[in-house]
Amino acid sequence: MNLSSSARTDSSAVEPGTGSAALVAESPWATAWRKLRQDRAAIASLIVLGLITLACLLAPLYAQMVSGTDPFTTNLGGSIVVGGESRPILAPSTTGLGLGTTPIGPTGEFGPYLLGADAQGRDVAARLLYGGRNSLFIAASATLICLVLATAIGTVAGFFGGMIDTILSRILDVLWAFPIFLLAISLSIVMLNQTLRIGPVEIGSGSLVLPIFIIGIVYIPYVARPIRGQVKSLMSAEFVIASVGIGASSWRILLKDVLPNVVPRVIVFLPLIMALAMIIESALSYLSIGVQPPNASWGTIIQDGQSLLYSRPLVALAPGIAIAVTVLTLNILGDGVRDAFDPKSSVRIV
Amino acid sequence: MSDDGVILRAERLERTYSVGRTPFPSRRRKLRAVDGVTLDVREGESLGIVGESGCGKSTLARCLIRLDKVSGGHLSFDGRDIAQASSRNLRPLRRQMQMIFQDPAASLNPRRRVGDLLAEPFRIHTDASEGDIARDVRGLLERVGMRPEHAGRFPHEFSGGQKQRIGIARAIALRPRLVVADEPVSALDVSIQAQVINLLDDLRDEFALTYVFIAHDLAVVRQISDRVAVMYLGEIVEIGPSERIFAAPRHPYSAALRAAVPRTRIDTARPDKGLVEGERPSPLDPPSGCKFRSRCPYAQDRCALHRPTLSGGPIEGVACHYPLGAPTDPRAPAGR
Repeated sequence: MNLSSSARTDSSAVEPGTGSAALVAESPWATAWRKLRQDRAAIASLIVLGLITLACLLAPLYAQMVSGTDPFTTNLGGSIVVGGESRPILAPSTTGLGLGTTPIGPTGEFGPYLLGADAQGRDVAARLLYGGRNSLFIAASATLICLVLATAIGTVAGFFGGMIDTILSRILDVLWAFPIFLLAISLSIVMLNQTLRIGPVEIGSGSLVLPIFIIGIVYIPYVARPIRGQVKSLMSAEFVIASVGIGASSWRILLKDVLPNVVPRVIVFLPLIMALAMIIESALSYLSIGVQPPNASWGTIIQDGQSLLYSRPLVALAPGIAIAVTVLTLNILGDGVRDAFDPKSSVRIV
Repeated sequence: MSDDGVILRAERLERTYSVGRTPFPSRRRKLRAVDGVTLDVREGESLGIVGESGCGKSTLARCLIRLDKVSGGHLSFDGRDIAQASSRNLRPLRRQMQMIFQDPAASLNPRRRVGDLLAEPFRIHTDASEGDIARDVRGLLERVGMRPEHAGRFPHEFSGGQKQRIGIARAIALRPRLVVADEPVSALDVSIQAQVINLLDDLRDEFALTYVFIAHDLAVVRQISDRVAVMYLGEIVEIGPSERIFAAPRHPYSAALRAAVPRTRIDTARPDKGLVEGERPSPLDPPSGCKFRSRCPYAQDRCALHRPTLSGGPIEGVACHYPLGAPTDPRAPAGR
């Protein structure tokens, strides 16, 4: 051995990266959270989303304290006092052929019918908040179902490989190829006529379970495929082979090496899938497949406002703007989360 | 241990891969990454395996401790046949045979703290309490030249040399008998290489380790190995004491590898210059007979017809029809 013996002494002193500061290091989670906090657009989006959610959660309070009317019952003959004069909620139409009625427009006062009424005399502002509750609830639940199932399927397929992988991948292909609206329309038509019974669970026609499951299942391939690919590449990663080398069982490797590296990717998907789910939910509700009247969602309010587009455009515009703002903030938040958790990733959902 | 002191014995070991995706298995081409390797590793020795990139050294390394499947042949560890053992049956044996990986960054899970990574072998193989494990982990870190406080950090906060020290600490955690080191220093700066090799050398004395040391650099292997096996396209072409192979290689390929070692002095005569011609053939389509013949300056007709076997055996031998320095030295009849 012709190497100098001085090289054998504590060499950590001469190698870089051994500064004395912060010996207990920041975990990857803390790093991601710190990066996210520095992203102003993402934080602004998070705040806007929080405000929207809070407002929607307070819908019953608004209906009771401010609008003072039940947003789910029709109010064809009523009238309210605005600026000292009494105005009917539904006035005879003065435009066009003069047929039918035109609901009251925005009152300009923080009180009943702030955003006017719809064709059945219901308070649009209150319905908007109630509708947001449904829209957000359906989108969030569908996203959770989608991510949980997709992570399970993608991880199992990538972890075990072989026949299991082939079967699961083909199932994903079928799901991928299935037209979402066709699936939704046929399911809902079946369920309008009879209650679907799955074991002890009964799903009726007005149930929110139907749109939740349809949306949740349809986006599984979007998430499961990249997860499967990531798990497959993790399985040949040297640190996984090293874990095999020290005698770790498959479960141990799955729980300690594979899943902790998959979860950040799943979190990146969360806001992006939720944005997609919002749009699909609105579309399904607009097509009367999702939320059933008199219950509201942003999609059904757009449909309600469709016939009033010329006289009271705000009825359709308000929920449209709500959807647009929510989806936009979710996407901005999604970009921020991706940059924070997975800087090298190129996950983009159209 | 078997009576002759052999801890690991490979006989005609093979690892083949099917290449190409066709629905007909018979039409897939076979890549013989490890093609009939026979070697013995004796307890306490350090066996170096050298060869150029793509010769199957790393595959062989992984096969030897069954981190990869074995396609054919026999492999016994401590007298027990492990060539086809299931991963479940291998698990208890794992504490006796460990691996040090080439890329220290890739072999440490980036999301786990160093202390957690080093505690893992103890958690799997012992019933020790977390307190005892934490103490052992601190001891391990100190033994490989790191500080105990480093246990709380994540792998990315360390330099390449430090990461490799962590990898070494993990490998020796349970006092294994056999350590397979797959190019443990090739990813490191030259200045760090010497420190890590010295560390490996010290640990070998301290824990009575047996090493299988993979490298593409004969100079590195010479420092740490008692014996050297030279690999070419999945086969061992020469095996023997490292000083002898370095001083008087018998296979033309060994001679060529020796010639590739950079020297600090400019020698007036370099008789071994220009020993290898052309490019390494594709392992998918190796030459007939002796695989080295397409690049061997001494190749004869016979080399194309018959594949030479490792004459002399798994302790010291050479797989060449016309080894250098032998009475059948081809340089005389070929007029070179």
